[in-house]
Amino acid sequence: MSDIALDQKEMFDELQKVIDQWKGKEGPLMPVLHSAQEIFGCLSLDVQKYISKELDIPVSDIYGVATFYSQFTLKPKGKYKVGVCMGTACYVKGSQAILDELSKELDMKPGDTTEDGLFTLEATRCLGACGLAPIIMINDDVYGRLETKDIKEIVAKYKE
Amino acid sequence: MELYRSHVLVCGGTGCHSSGSSNIIEHFNRDLKEYGIDKEVQVVQTGCFGLCEVGPIVIVYPEGAFYSRVKDEDVTEIVSEHLVKGRIVKHLLYHDSIDQDEEIKSLDEVPFYQKQERIALRNCGVINPESIDEYIAFDGYKALGKVLTEMTPEDVIETIKASGLRGRGGAGFPAGLKWEFTYKAQGDKKYIACNADEGDPGAFMDRSILEGDPHAVIEAMTIAGYTVGADQGYIYVRAEYPIAVKRMTIAIAQAREYGLLGKNILGTDFSFDLEIRLGAGAFVCGEETALLASVEGDRGEPRPRPPFPAVKGLFGKPTLLNNVETYANIPQIIINGPEWLQAIGTEKSKGTKVFALGGKINNTGLVEVPMGTTLREIIYEVGGGIPNGKSFKAAQTGGPSGGCIPAQHLDTPIDYDSLTEIGSMMGSGGLIVMDEDNCMVDIARFFLEFTVEESCGKCPPCRIGTKRMLELLNKIAEGKGEEGDIEKLIELGEGIKVASLCGLGQTAPNPVLSTIEYFREEYEEHIRDKKCRAGVCQALLQYIIIEDKCKSCGLCAKVCPVNAISGQRKQPYVIDQDPCIKCGACMEKCPFDAIVKR
Repeated sequence: MSDIALDQKEMFDELQKVIDQWKGKEGPLMPVLHSAQEIFGCLSLDVQKYISKELDIPVSDIYGVATFYSQFTLKPKGKYKVGVCMGTACYVKGSQAILDELSKELDMKPGDTTEDGLFTLEATRCLGACGLAPIIMINDDVYGRLETKDIKEIVAKYKE
Repeated sequence: MELYRSHVLVCGGTGCHSSGSSNIIEHFNRDLKEYGIDKEVQVVQTGCFGLCEVGPIVIVYPEGAFYSRVKDEDVTEIVSEHLVKGRIVKHLLYHDSIDQDEEIKSLDEVPFYQKQERIALRNCGVINPESIDEYIAFDGYKALGKVLTEMTPEDVIETIKASGLRGRGGAGFPAGLKWEFTYKAQGDKKYIACNADEGDPGAFMDRSILEGDPHAVIEAMTIAGYTVGADQGYIYVRAEYPIAVKRMTIAIAQAREYGLLGKNILGTDFSFDLEIRLGAGAFVCGEETALLASVEGDRGEPRPRPPFPAVKGLFGKPTLLNNVETYANIPQIIINGPEWLQAIGTEKSKGTKVFALGGKINNTGLVEVPMGTTLREIIYEVGGGIPNGKSFKAAQTGGPSGGCIPAQHLDTPIDYDSLTEIGSMMGSGGLIVMDEDNCMVDIARFFLEFTVEESCGKCPPCRIGTKRMLELLNKIAEGKGEEGDIEKLIELGEGIKVASLCGLGQTAPNPVLSTIEYFREEYEEHIRDKKCRAGVCQALLQYIIIEDKCKSCGLCAKVCPVNAISGQRKQPYVIDQDPCIKCGACMEKCPFDAIVKR
């Protein structure tokens, strides 16, 4: 059994404890979903199915709730959130090329997260630093006046 | 209980917390220990003082020295000078808290606090919210004791009804009637619920009460439980309020430990317990039936009323639902009697209202004023006026459900009815001030964007109607507005108001309708002249270089991302409007203020 599978088992054990605590109480679904998201980082279909079985609530209902509230996410977010400003000024100075380069470098589409859970790539609204266009933000760090050749080096800093 | 010669009160509300108040507390404790006076001086983390603008705030008693914008390095000086040597550090004092002779004024004489009357916020910034003993020392749980030992449920209902208290969540329904309906409803089980799902952008009244005085809410809900015959209560809090959740959790545990929650409270037959439930980021859950659905574990979608929650609420049982601020008033009314609240406020709105004051105003923060105080008093006296010598344009109350109030209504005494009459509403208490630099079309658009995002999608008038209104507003802001658009907005808005299922949809058009009513000429300018007088709507603006001021340094041309600026030495530069993307980089860069937006 690989490490990841073992972690999964531990997480489900953890979830089971939470479920046992709420089972039989009134309106258990929201608190269980909150805890599940904390344990797993997101509410995957497997997790939803597990909760469905244990709480005896149809998985369609659980999916409905999980997608209704903006704080619940079905996909895990990465450790580093890379936001590429797609405001007008950045756009005309080549942010599309920056976004494409990042997609290539990280091997994924905007909106996705890398398999190792390190990066989530997002196209954001204007970040308000048009003088530095084109810019990206990685968590709270801002990188401006970028050219496509800079991307490799910046990403490498976070890969360690 | 130990006695201290001085008390250092440090604000631990969310505002001051984000600007570093927890570091300040640590620093105080460290320094006090070093000087060996940690047994003489007590540091207390309190709830919100209200004056968030000058946070982090530290008040040292018995002198009442009000230190503002305290930085980590200031702590060393306050400890060594003030607490060790007894010399107040005057240069760190809040400027409005001292008179001409540099003497400290009492808090009621500080302009920000002068017109305020604190009932719901009475303990905020006064006690440590994580200590039940401090709450009890300030008459806490006295009302509960009185209710359980001296009053029948009917007495409580009569008291609340006679006080004239109305729901502080927005609509202003008489609280006593709600209690009575739930009391009279038939059911083997009943519930108490507290709405702490404060979702309006720019509103933080309920958060501050939960953070600053959580026991007041617990006490009131327990009183409510006794009155209507419920043994279980739920507090529905936004998950985005971690400090409030933490303090409420501590408070509930302390109340249980003291026998003020749980079985046989204060030795009586009455049992009651509370549980916290977290929201998950859905504005519509502030609507009562949506909130109850969310507590039950469903999508937070509202349902038609009647039946009202008082008859059929949580899990199908009669449920009393009030908001945080309403509950925070209850213990005081029980202790002081209904006549006391009757004497404060206007004819139809009794007591006080908490407002979160924000936007273009000097004293951003939390204020509590008697009903009937005018907007002018709140903005110019409590709020300290508008910064940078700008002029007032409008005040927005009620968040995405409210409207914009223009200068001509500044002297309206604020209460539930007067605000509705002038096209806005009390709402939960957000009060955003706008000056001449704000565009009314843009503000309407901002709020509509919010409601479109937050509409739950259950009923078509709200789901589709608000979207159509937003499209029209976008069109106008982009300079593509046509004659008849304003009329279409009004027609749609009126339709959505009457046809929507819940409060969200029924009030969503208010920001648009009220700005059209009072600022129609701005809409017309956008449509006919393609002009935005406030200089906000980017599509309608042009960046222009003023010839006389241009020194031909060329910085603007260098920073322009699209090479729209050209010029040569000794001649003013020129912006070519076609390629210009209106990013504003040139204006920011120009050292001579030669570039303007028109």
